Amino acid sequence: MKTKVLAIDDSRTIRNLLAAALEEAGFEYHSAVDGREGVDMYPSVAPDVVITDINMPNLDGFGVIEELRGTGINSKVPILVLTTESAPELKARARSAGATGWITKPFDDQSLIFALKRVTGAAA
Amino acid sequence: MPSQAEVKQSDHEVKHTQYSEFVSFAVAGQAFCLKITQIREIRRWSPVTILPHAPSDVLGVMNLRGAVIPIYDLSARFGLHQTEATERNVVIVVAVHGKQVGLLAESVSEIISINPEEIQDTPQVDSRNTMEYIQGIISHNDTMVRIINLDAVITAPEQVIL
Amino acid sequence: MSGSIQDTFFEECEDLLEAMDEGLTAIEGGEHDQEVVNAVFRAVHSIKGGAGAFGLDELVGFAHKFETVFDELRSGKLQFDSALIQLLLRSSDHLADLVATARDGGSTDEAHHNVLIEALQKYIPEEEEDLTFEPMGLGGGMGGGFAPAPIIEDKERTYEIRFHPLKEMYGTGNEPFFLFQALSELGELEVKLNDAELPGFDAIDVAESYISWDLTLKSTEGRSSIEAIFEFVEGLCELSISSDSDAADEVNALAALDAAFGTGDDAGPALEPSAPFEAPVPAPEAEPSAVVEEKASSPKAETAKSEQRGPKPTLRVDLERVDRLINAVGELIINHSMLAQQIANLDAGDVRDVETELEGFKNLARDIQEGVMSIRAQPVKPLFQRMARIVREASSATGKTAKLVTEGEATEVDKTVIERLSDPLTHILRNAVDHGIEKPEDREAAGKETAGEIRLTASHRSGSVCIEIKDDGAGVNRPRVKQIAIEKGLIPENAELTDAEIDNLLFMPGFSTAKEVSNLSGRGVGMDVVKNAVTGLGGRINISSTPGQGSTFTIILPLTLAVMDGMVVSVADQTMVVPITSIVETMRGSDDMINSLGADGTLLSIRGNFVPICDVAGALGLRHCNDQPPGVYLLVETETGQRSALAVDDIFDQRQVVIKSLDGVCGNIPGVAAATILGDGKIAMILDPESIIAASPTAAAFDTERRMSNAIAS
Repeated sequence: MKTKVLAIDDSRTIRNLLAAALEEAGFEYHSAVDGREGVDMYPSVAPDVVITDINMPNLDGFGVIEELRGTGINSKVPILVLTTESAPELKARARSAGATGWITKPFDDQSLIFALKRVTGAAA
Repeated sequence: MPSQAEVKQSDHEVKHTQYSEFVSFAVAGQAFCLKITQIREIRRWSPVTILPHAPSDVLGVMNLRGAVIPIYDLSARFGLHQTEATERNVVIVVAVHGKQVGLLAESVSEIISINPEEIQDTPQVDSRNTMEYIQGIISHNDTMVRIINLDAVITAPEQVIL
Repeated sequence: MSGSIQDTFFEECEDLLEAMDEGLTAIEGGEHDQEVVNAVFRAVHSIKGGAGAFGLDELVGFAHKFETVFDELRSGKLQFDSALIQLLLRSSDHLADLVATARDGGSTDEAHHNVLIEALQKYIPEEEEDLTFEPMGLGGGMGGGFAPAPIIEDKERTYEIRFHPLKEMYGTGNEPFFLFQALSELGELEVKLNDAELPGFDAIDVAESYISWDLTLKSTEGRSSIEAIFEFVEGLCELSISSDSDAADEVNALAALDAAFGTGDDAGPALEPSAPFEAPVPAPEAEPSAVVEEKASSPKAETAKSEQRGPKPTLRVDLERVDRLINAVGELIINHSMLAQQIANLDAGDVRDVETELEGFKNLARDIQEGVMSIRAQPVKPLFQRMARIVREASSATGKTAKLVTEGEATEVDKTVIERLSDPLTHILRNAVDHGIEKPEDREAAGKETAGEIRLTASHRSGSVCIEIKDDGAGVNRPRVKQIAIEKGLIPENAELTDAEIDNLLFMPGFSTAKEVSNLSGRGVGMDVVKNAVTGLGGRINISSTPGQGSTFTIILPLTLAVMDGMVVSVADQTMVVPITSIVETMRGSDDMINSLGADGTLLSIRGNFVPICDVAGALGLRHCNDQPPGVYLLVETETGQRSALAVDDIFDQRQVVIKSLDGVCGNIPGVAAATILGDGKIAMILDPESIIAASPTAAAFDTERRMSNAIAS
C-alpha cells in the first residue's frame, strides 16, 4: 500500500512541487491550502505522514501540530514542518510543539524523500 | 486519398499537368469562375441587413452560423449594373484575407476542370475594373469564362469601407 | 513538468503581490496590526520560497531582505514610520518588477535595486545577517547539507552507535525503528536493545524513557550520513557515534553538521532564538499564534479578514475557452428565439405544451449565459492596486504629495474591460497628479492639507459599471483651457461655451494643457486617447470640475462586452438596436409636438422643453429626412448633457442582445457601434446614439443656436 502524505501549504507553488516529487516517488499525495483545512481533512485522509508549512493563514503550522498532537489518536503521526532556511528557533519551536522533523525550503526531491523515510520508514 | 485531379491524371495518363477544379457562375449575364478551394459554401440568397453608408457594391451583412459576414454584389463590383437580388440568386461564401465574405451571383453553372495551360491572359480591354479583377480567361464549351482574382476583388477588410 | 509548475508559481506570484500590496496599502493607511503585517510577511515569504525552488537568485535575495525587515516589524523590534513605509512600498514595486523580469526576461534597474537593498539593510540588525538563504534549483544537488553527504568513500568503516531516546522524543512522532531502517540502508546494521536501565516493574514511570540501543553499522558512508539520519532527534536523545575512522574526518563532518543544524556552540548569538520557545508542553492558549490574535480583534474586522484571506479555490482557464462558451451560449439563445418563432408560425393547433417547455429551455439558456458571463467578471482590485503605484511614481516625479484612496475594489467587471481600462486609468491618474493636485506649498496657501487625495471608486450602477476618479486639486483652469482651445483652433475665438463644455474640451484630439509636454502625462497623448479607449469599450467618460476643489472623471462602462440591453426599433424597414443605457425615455409623437426650426430643423416639444429631433434613417443615409415623419421618439442624452430625440419608425421590444463586433467585417460606420443577431436569425445594427446625433444636421444646428441664444442672454 502506498504511503499517504498530507501536505499543508498555502503556496500553490510549493504544493505543486511537493505533489510532483511525491507522486513521482510513488507516494499517495493529499493537500490542504491552510492549517484549518489540513486539520479538518486529517481524519478522512488518515495520512501516514503530515508535511506542513509554518506560516499560513487561518491556522499556522504550530497550530496544526498542536491540534493533531492534542487529540490522542494522532499523537503518533509523523509531522514534518516546511521551513525556509535552517531557522533553528522555528525548528525548536516546532519540535517543542511536537513536530517530528523538518524539510528545508527550497527542497530537492532527494532530501524530501530522505526526510520522509526517516519518519515513516517508507521509501515510497 | 488522392485528389480528383490526381485521379484524372492517372486515368488518362496524360502529361504531368495539375488540373484544378473551378466553379463557374453567372454575374450580369457573363460567365465567371473561382477555384473550388476558395469557396466555403454556396447559399441561396436571402435578404441581408443593410450597412449604413456602405458603397453600392456592398449589399450588407448576413448571419452565417453566428458569424457576421459582409455580402458584395459582384456585378456592381465589376462595374456592371447593380443586381436586384431575388431568391433565384446565390451567395458564394469565400475565404479571403482570413475572413469569410459572401459574393452575390446570378446563378451557379457547373464545376469545371481546368488545365492551367489552357488559361489565357486577359486581353487588353477598355475597362480598368475588369482588368484588375480578372486574372485570366479560359474557353469552356465555346464560352468564355473569366477567372476572378479574389484578392483584388476583396481587399483587406479594413479598407473595404472607409 | 517543472515548467508548468513554474507557470503556476508566476500565477501565484500575481496573487501574492496583490496580497502584499493590499497589506501595504492598509499599513500605509495606519493599520499596523499583527495580522496585516503577517499577511505581507507571508506573501513575501511565499514568493521567496517559490523563487528559491526555481533558482531565481536575484528575486530570492531581494525578497529575503524585504522579508527580514518585515520579520523585525512582526516581532516588534522595529516600528513603522513614514520613511520606512515609503521604502516598503517602493520595495514592493521593485519586487513586482523582479517577478516580472524573472517571468518575461529582460533586466531591472540595477542601481535602483542596490539602493533599495542598501536602504532595507539599514533596518536589519547585523546579527540577523548570517541567515543566508541558499537558493537551489529544482531537483539539483543535495538539500542543505543534511541529506546523505555525497562523499563517496570506498573504505568501509565500523561505527558504534549508542542511542538513548529521551522521553521527549516519543512526543514528536519519531520512531526508532524507522531510524534503524534508514541506517540499515547505509550498510550492515546490528541492533541490540539495552534494557539495563529498566527499573523494576513497580518503579516504572510510564512517561519516562528507559530503553536504549547499541547499534553497530558497517558502512562506506561518512559519519555525516549517519548523523543526518538522527537529525530530527537531535537534542531528543543521547547519541554517541564512534568509529574507527580518522579524527580529521570526524571534525569536518561535525563542523558540517553544526553548520547545517545550527546546534553547535560556535553558531553563537547569530542563531539565538528571537523569542523564547522553551515551553516543552504544547499549550495552545499560551502560544502567541496568529489565530488567537485574530479572534481577539473585533468580529467585523475578523469577517472582513477571513473573507480576504480565506482560501478561495480557483480554477485558471484559458480565456479562449470561456469565450467559445460565451459565443455558443449566445447562439443557443438566438437559436431558441428562432425555434420559438417557428413554433409560433406553425399551423399545428395546440402548441402550449411545447411553448411551456420552450420557456424552460429559454430560462436554462439564460442561466447558463449568466453563469458563463460571470466567469469573465473579475474584481477591479488588482487594477486599482496597480494604480497606487502609478500615483506614487507620478507624485515623486512631480515633487507633489498625493495619496490614492480606493473604494469598491470588489466590484466585478468583464476581464477585457479591466485589461483595457489600465491605460486610460493610468493616464487619468497621472494627469490628476500632474495637472490636478497642486504643489504642497500652494495647497497649504489654499488652506488644504499638503497631501493631495485622489479617490478611485468602482461601483455598479443600474446595469453599468461606474469608475470614478476624483481629485481634490485645483480643478480645471477653464479660462486657460478655453484659451488653449482657441489657440489650437479647436474652437472659434468667439465661442460661447458652458462650463461643462469647456471641461469637455480636454477630450478633444490635440489638446494638452501642459505648457511643455511633460514626460509624465505627455508624450503627445491627450485625454482624447482616454476617451477613445473608453468609448472603444462601449463606455462613456465625463468630467466635472469645481475650481479650487478638484475634478471628477466618471467612466460608465457596460458590465460585459458580450451582451447588452437594447431597445429593438425599426428604422427605414431595418431592425436596429439602441443601447438602453443611453435612452432617457421613449414616446409616440403627434404632429402638434413637432416644431420647425430654420429650413429643415425640427424640434420636439416635451412638456414645454424643446429638443432637437434627429432622424435616425436620415443620419444613417437610409432615407431622406422628410420622406415621412417617423412617429416614435427615443429621448437620449449625450455626454455634455445635451438631449436629443431620436426619431424611429417603431419600437418593438426591449431585450438582451449578444454583441457581434463589426471589426474586420467592415470599417467604422458612423452611427453604428456593432451588430447583433436577432431571434429570426437576421442581423441588426446596434446604434451609437452619440455619433448619430453628431451626424444629424438638426441637432448640430440646434446646438449652435442654443449657444448663440446663450451668448445673447449673457
